[in-house]
Amino acid sequence: MELDFSQQIHYVWALLPEIVLCVWGMIVLIAGVSGKHQDADDGAAGDPSFGPKSDLGWLTLLGILLAAGANGWLYGVNEVGDSSMIAVDGFRLFANWIFLLAAALTVLISFVYIYRLRLQAGEFYALILFATAGMMFMAGARDLIVIFLGLEVMSIAVYALAAFNRRDRKSAEAGLKYFLLGAFSTGFFLYGIALVYGATGSTNIAAINTSVASMAASPGLLVVAIALLAIGFGFKVSAVPFHMWTPDVYEGAPTPVTAWMSAAVKAAAFVAFFRVFLVGFDAAYDTWFPIMWWLAAITMVTANLIALVQTNVKRMLAYSSIAHAGYLLVALTAANENAAAGMLFYLLIYTLMNIGAFAVVMSVAHQAEERLYIDDYAGFGWAQPGIGLFLTIFLLSLAGFPGTGGFMGKIYLLQGAADSELWVLSVILVLSTVASYWYYLRVAWVMWMKEPTSKDQHSLVVVPLPMCLALIVCVGLIIYTGIFPGAAIDFARSSVQGLGSLGGGMLGLGL
Amino acid sequence: MHASLAAVLVQGGQATAEAAGHFEPFYPGLIILLPLIGFLLNGVLALRHGVASATAVRGGGELDLDTGGRPATHTLPSLIGPGVMLLAFLLTVVNFTRMLGAHIEEPVVISYWTWMATGTFTVDAAIQLDQLSMIMMMVVTGVGFLIHVFSVGYMKADSGYPRYFAYLNLFVFFMLTLVMGSSYALMFVGWEGVGLCSYLLIGFWFSDKEKADAGKKAFIVNRIGDVGFLVAMFLLYVTFGTVDFVAVFHDAETLAYGGSLVTAIALFFFLGAAGKSAQIPLYVWLPDAMAGPTPVSALIHAATMVTAGVNLVARSSVLFALAPVAGATVAGVGVLTALFAATIALKQNDIKKVLAYSTVSQLGYMFVGVGVGAYSAGVFHLMTHAFFKALLFLGAGAVIHSMHEAYHSTHSHEDAQDMRNMGGLKAHMPITWVTMWIATFAIAGIWPFAGFFSKDEIIWQTAAFGGATHAPYPMLYTVYWVIALAAAMLTAFYMTRMMVMTFHGTNRTGEEESKHLHEAPVVMWAPLAVLATLSVVGGWINVPESIRESFLGLGPLTSEWLHHWLEPITAQATHIQAANLGELSHSAPVGGGEFMWALISTVLAIAVVATTFRMVGQKEIVPAAQDVELTGFAKVLYNKWYVDEFYDRVIVEPILRTSRFFWKVIDAGIIDGVVNGVGWTARGVGFVISMFQTGSVNTYAFILTVGVLVILGVSIF
Repeated sequence: MELDFSQQIHYVWALLPEIVLCVWGMIVLIAGVSGKHQDADDGAAGDPSFGPKSDLGWLTLLGILLAAGANGWLYGVNEVGDSSMIAVDGFRLFANWIFLLAAALTVLISFVYIYRLRLQAGEFYALILFATAGMMFMAGARDLIVIFLGLEVMSIAVYALAAFNRRDRKSAEAGLKYFLLGAFSTGFFLYGIALVYGATGSTNIAAINTSVASMAASPGLLVVAIALLAIGFGFKVSAVPFHMWTPDVYEGAPTPVTAWMSAAVKAAAFVAFFRVFLVGFDAAYDTWFPIMWWLAAITMVTANLIALVQTNVKRMLAYSSIAHAGYLLVALTAANENAAAGMLFYLLIYTLMNIGAFAVVMSVAHQAEERLYIDDYAGFGWAQPGIGLFLTIFLLSLAGFPGTGGFMGKIYLLQGAADSELWVLSVILVLSTVASYWYYLRVAWVMWMKEPTSKDQHSLVVVPLPMCLALIVCVGLIIYTGIFPGAAIDFARSSVQGLGSLGGGMLGLGL
Repeated sequence: MHASLAAVLVQGGQATAEAAGHFEPFYPGLIILLPLIGFLLNGVLALRHGVASATAVRGGGELDLDTGGRPATHTLPSLIGPGVMLLAFLLTVVNFTRMLGAHIEEPVVISYWTWMATGTFTVDAAIQLDQLSMIMMMVVTGVGFLIHVFSVGYMKADSGYPRYFAYLNLFVFFMLTLVMGSSYALMFVGWEGVGLCSYLLIGFWFSDKEKADAGKKAFIVNRIGDVGFLVAMFLLYVTFGTVDFVAVFHDAETLAYGGSLVTAIALFFFLGAAGKSAQIPLYVWLPDAMAGPTPVSALIHAATMVTAGVNLVARSSVLFALAPVAGATVAGVGVLTALFAATIALKQNDIKKVLAYSTVSQLGYMFVGVGVGAYSAGVFHLMTHAFFKALLFLGAGAVIHSMHEAYHSTHSHEDAQDMRNMGGLKAHMPITWVTMWIATFAIAGIWPFAGFFSKDEIIWQTAAFGGATHAPYPMLYTVYWVIALAAAMLTAFYMTRMMVMTFHGTNRTGEEESKHLHEAPVVMWAPLAVLATLSVVGGWINVPESIRESFLGLGPLTSEWLHHWLEPITAQATHIQAANLGELSHSAPVGGGEFMWALISTVLAIAVVATTFRMVGQKEIVPAAQDVELTGFAKVLYNKWYVDEFYDRVIVEPILRTSRFFWKVIDAGIIDGVVNGVGWTARGVGFVISMFQTGSVNTYAFILTVGVLVILGVSIF
């Protein structure tokens, strides 16, 4: 099928996955307030994975599956030209797979959590679907305004999710903090868009590209605009020094939400970040190269250093997620095809290992968010060998241990950096990775090498069936991509083919 | 492609036909796979019994018997653990004999699947079979098998029994990956893997904080080395676009001799090697690593893993031959480590500590060998050292086992590893006594034991290299030679001291306890006997030409086999060396040929052993509990030159302080924000208002704004 966008209906086809998700979000929302799924569910005995509330979870998964089908269908579609508001290219579709996977995994790990914390399942799942639609808009947009719309759709849903556990002060605080700072940074982002429009006369990325490349854009405005957009994205990907919200929000938000936002929100922001900077501002590489270079370097170093002294595992993972943003920024700085493919691959792996790790953290934390400290993991491995092993694999992968997907991801990022001859950044990446071994494996160490403080310390840890499913998917894919990364990286590589004029990377800059 | 993995492994992969010659590999993939299978099986058993075991271990290092059905936890692992090792060893022997008959010149690379492919850069999951990897495989599986068998007896009473074998099998799997991988990338996989297993096994008795800390220390120090390895590998990739051994060595000679690039690569690799093989300044982890079970010390921290660095340098012989500065550094660090560690070993009282420092010292010798371009000598010493040091550690294990049971029987809390509590054990443990003396003669370099030939060759090659026509720093190598000779004498001294304190004189264990001292069971002494035999004859495979026909060379019994065997590996490096350095010297700096110095060193070693035997034998040794604190220089040696304290003060503390600084200052108020947020709500102030009043969000916004201003400022100006 050909999409030429001269007919309005073609936008519907191009946006089919997003539309499916939005519609399905409303269905889930309505189903959630129907009598069967009332909040007053006092839960019959037995496995809550299959209670009435869980029906909503399975319903949500069905919606995600439909959206995935729509996303797959889009592979059979050709778009005419490359300047429409909505892109139908491999880059977007690959990113969509990541978002859908993240959403599905999050739903799977949330079943019992929602039940135990007596959260409103319908709203929870609907918000996840809406936010995922927002992410997809960000990934598919070829217009800054659409990116902004997507960003806001996503952000507002995530603010609400961060504060979702209204009985927990920390959660409310997290939501509010995220909201206030998010609003603040959105201001910069929006101002950046306005200045881009001022400089180039358009908000369309293809048009911006042409304008910047032909030197028609007003240089002064453009520099400020690029800086402001970098700040806006920097906040969403939590690059240092715009990371201050991250540990608080990640710690305070309900753990499934943390798992999901640390993976999916970051992925969405990075995908849009790439498209805007690599395609739109391709010709202005000299301008943004130093900004990205320093953001990447500072983010990697600071986040890894701070993570070393954390004792709260959720916070540790929060700093770890900041560190991973730093690694991904290296790919952005490198700005070449290998780096872009490496970024997609890394985001995929990162989604798997991070959601997996948080899922286990959630199990260990018991009922509420109470057991989050490293000492709470003492002897956990022997008490729950199955998920202990899983957590160990996630941590090894996060650290980048050979044989896991995380290792291959870092190799591809380094490859991208090497192609643009970013030697110093590569060395910083390697060094900070080596440092990160310490705080990841410390958890594994405590888990297997220390005695539990009491005999029944881990007896309340439950791993319901849906979560098991999610964990097995995560572990399986991490090991698979660690040993046979060929298929995934080839897919990522073919996905960045149609991205547009890549290769702004200046060679031999020597930084 | 994954689906065919099993099929490929069973069929033996696709060997590169033209390189294979007559050599037909016999299921080489299985050699790696078997220990992995062992790990998985034992791992399942370990997890099944994990909870019960972990509970049983509790109680301050006192190892209670597993309450939950001991036969079930012990029978299967005892079969699987050593069983897979035996099979792997037999397979290795088959491949080895096939290679013996084939005289291959090129390595045989067997590729299973493409592991990484990024554009022009690909790494295959492939194994490389050549003379060097074959020797290493023989050592790893052979000595590994013996140590697995020994462990069956040694770990009998341990409740973590299946877990122990799971780790041990996993270690062998990674070690084989390290020596068999066909590229630096795969070697790195093994490199990291053995490090992980070492970390797990050092901390095996994790209830003990000190032992857990030792694991952490090993972990951190090894990371430093890893950075070196990674950077070197990265440089190779940038230079050649590949990290495959065959391709790299093929292209290596395009690099300028002595150029800065090849020197940097070699030095970074050596940093990696120094971390793994415990050389100055990264040796500190190895003595602490003795916290693990003694067979682990024998396998990982003496015979195999710690020699990975030597293997790396020998494997990269071409690169090191091209970088004379790197070679001099390797030899220099090696010789200093040999001496330094030997001085520390002089005053240690813990039997395993003596052996640990002895290992560090002997590893130093190996590095001297590979540093002066005598790669086959380095590998030769690696092999003989694997025999006699594994034997010494296992013997020490048998002693500790016996001592432990003796003290256990009287519920005494004396140190079972302290040699001051031993003495006179030869009456109780004759087999251990005899075999350990054999190992001592070997390590001291006494003819005709294995260590004599290997160590002597290294020392001789140092002199010969320094005397070469165009040797880079002739004086330096003379100094190395003298130090190496001196350290050899120290070796003879501290080893004899250890033997005398442990086995001779009167028993100091205690009257009641000494009744419980006993010889090790057959499952433990049989490996000792095998290793003792190897410690005698192991050296005869590589007797230098010039002393072979003399009585020192034992005549027809011996050969220069290993040297010739490794020639395909070292030929390129030897060629480079010969082209740039000219003829090696045939006489030592102060005159005398190889034969004369071999004779001198063995006579000296015998003299040192004899005098030490008398000296230490006559000295009154008091049990540890009544011993007085050392003073003066002896105290400095006893405290290992205070290097640990120095590192703590100068490196560890500043890093921790920096980390805390970043946390407290840069991320200030985060914790406060959370804590205060709760507090303010309690005070009944409106939540939203309190959020604004905490200052924490303000702080964040402030820092964000500063970032904005910096970025804007930088971009505009």
